[in-house]
Amino acid sequence: MFSAINSRWNCSGLQQVMDVLHWDGTLSAQDFRIGAFAFAQEWESLNLGFPPWSWVLCPKHPCLASPEEGYLSLENICISRPNEEDIHQISQIDNGEEQTGCSGDENFVDNATLVQSSHHELHYCDFHIVYSSIFRVPVLYFRAYCSDGRPLLLDEIEKELPVCSSKELSESKWTFITQEEHPYLKRPWYKLHPCGTNEWMKLLFLSHTANPKFEAVPELYLLSWFSVAGQVFGLRIPSKISN
Amino acid sequence: MEAQKYVWEGAIPLQIHLHESQVTALPPPPPALILAPRIGYMPLLASLIKPYFSSTLPPGVDTIWFDYNGIPLKWYVPTGVLFDLLCPEPERPWNITVHFRGYPGNVLIPCEGEDSVKWSFINSLKEAAYIMNGNCKNVMNMSQSDQSELWNSVMNGNLEAYQRVSSKLKLATFDDEYRTLCSQKSQQSFGETDLTAQVNTGRVPIRLYVLSIREDFDDLDEMPRIDCWEKISYINRPVEIHQEDTCFTLHDALKTLLPELFSDESLTNVKLGGVDFQDAVRNPNEDVSSDKVVEDHGKNAHKHPEAGHISSGGEIKLIRIQGIEPKLEIPFSWVANNLINPDYFLHICVYVKVAQ
Repeated sequence: MFSAINSRWNCSGLQQVMDVLHWDGTLSAQDFRIGAFAFAQEWESLNLGFPPWSWVLCPKHPCLASPEEGYLSLENICISRPNEEDIHQISQIDNGEEQTGCSGDENFVDNATLVQSSHHELHYCDFHIVYSSIFRVPVLYFRAYCSDGRPLLLDEIEKELPVCSSKELSESKWTFITQEEHPYLKRPWYKLHPCGTNEWMKLLFLSHTANPKFEAVPELYLLSWFSVAGQVFGLRIPSKISN
Repeated sequence: MEAQKYVWEGAIPLQIHLHESQVTALPPPPPALILAPRIGYMPLLASLIKPYFSSTLPPGVDTIWFDYNGIPLKWYVPTGVLFDLLCPEPERPWNITVHFRGYPGNVLIPCEGEDSVKWSFINSLKEAAYIMNGNCKNVMNMSQSDQSELWNSVMNGNLEAYQRVSSKLKLATFDDEYRTLCSQKSQQSFGETDLTAQVNTGRVPIRLYVLSIREDFDDLDEMPRIDCWEKISYINRPVEIHQEDTCFTLHDALKTLLPELFSDESLTNVKLGGVDFQDAVRNPNEDVSSDKVVEDHGKNAHKHPEAGHISSGGEIKLIRIQGIEPKLEIPFSWVANNLINPDYFLHICVYVKVAQ
């Protein structure tokens, strides 16, 4: 049964659609590419204040006849949440009250300097969205580091995540983090394990539409997927399926 | 199955040297001689190795890792595969260096002992289940005691215990003539084992390691030493077996994985060794049942490999599975049933000479 659905979903690249009830929640490599570009475009138009995603092409091995592969990349995103002390200092500045410790031009407020001066180290994160040909779904890979480049351990990263995330990560069977070699960069990265993805993607599509004949098009896939996966890091985007 | 028994009993003799940076007292301690199970993982040997060196180690926290010729060994790759891949001309004993400090966290994923290895194994098993059954529910729903029993059976090399638990997982096996002919538990008489194919497609989980070499060499001992992982390409792609195709051979399978290296149905200078268990510690007089299989199927093979043609992608010099260089006419389903690791993956090492 599974392989029958598999081959139907596989057979043609563009516009391969299927009504959600009979869909297994996965997508083909070609559709991932389509979805990735659509996702990147939509991300820009949402104006979330983040830089755009870029598409990175992977070098081809001389012996292997694989079609060109690539992944989406978003890097140097600050994931540190300002602590209360910082917020207080920032609001003081806004009210035109006495500045603490800053030299130079009184009219110029450098929030970054303010945050650092309270000894709160900033943490950054790189995100890669890579297609898994085994699970046939996108996978979120990430790595985090300090401003001096020192890599962060998982428990340090978890401190930066929204409170509900860390709880869910430890309890949910859908989302858990493993550490693995990045499939292209060959260095240790963390990833949200993909083994439940196809199931919750199907549920997501089913729950967002009253119409059982709704077509699961590639363009919507990544957006919807990220609306769930990104929440682990507090990155919220609308899922856009209910149109 | 006899062949699985030999695979589980296979072991690599290791001669383990403590890295010079960790020797605190002269003379340096002599190397430890350890027999490592092929299907096991290097960090699991920690408890065997530490006693040899604990008196000479500097004070502090130990995090074990290994290197061969300066290449850090990836701990999540089974020991036998590491040996087959990094030691083309098998070195016996295999000289490895052990470290207890200075873990190269920028290249190696951290390993916090047995637990890390166990989770890596379970994740591989989930992946294999997904490939074979379309979901990993059977692995995810394993009871705690089953999970422990499975893992312990792998650590202890206990095939019977492993088969007891793994059969509950109901992971697909692939139909092969040998299994049907030799099955003593089968209720069917010989006349009933009609090989009318079930219309079924099975997917075999594969971890393929391709070592590309640009230099010229004829014999394995002339091969330049591997000095980094960058020369090894890792492909994680399943192979589909269609049950009605009873002549789907290992050659056919490799062709689907590396099409650029095979052209016009002919092979390049592949060393066609017989079934030869090089590392298994066993009685040489024992009947190697799998040899018999190879003979039988060799006669029926309809594709006969020709040597001499070099395709544009490169030239395959060597193919190794579980330390064997199998005949390429072997039915792939036999390979998939018998030469897999406990995580249900078939690990294949291929040496390729690429055009310069």
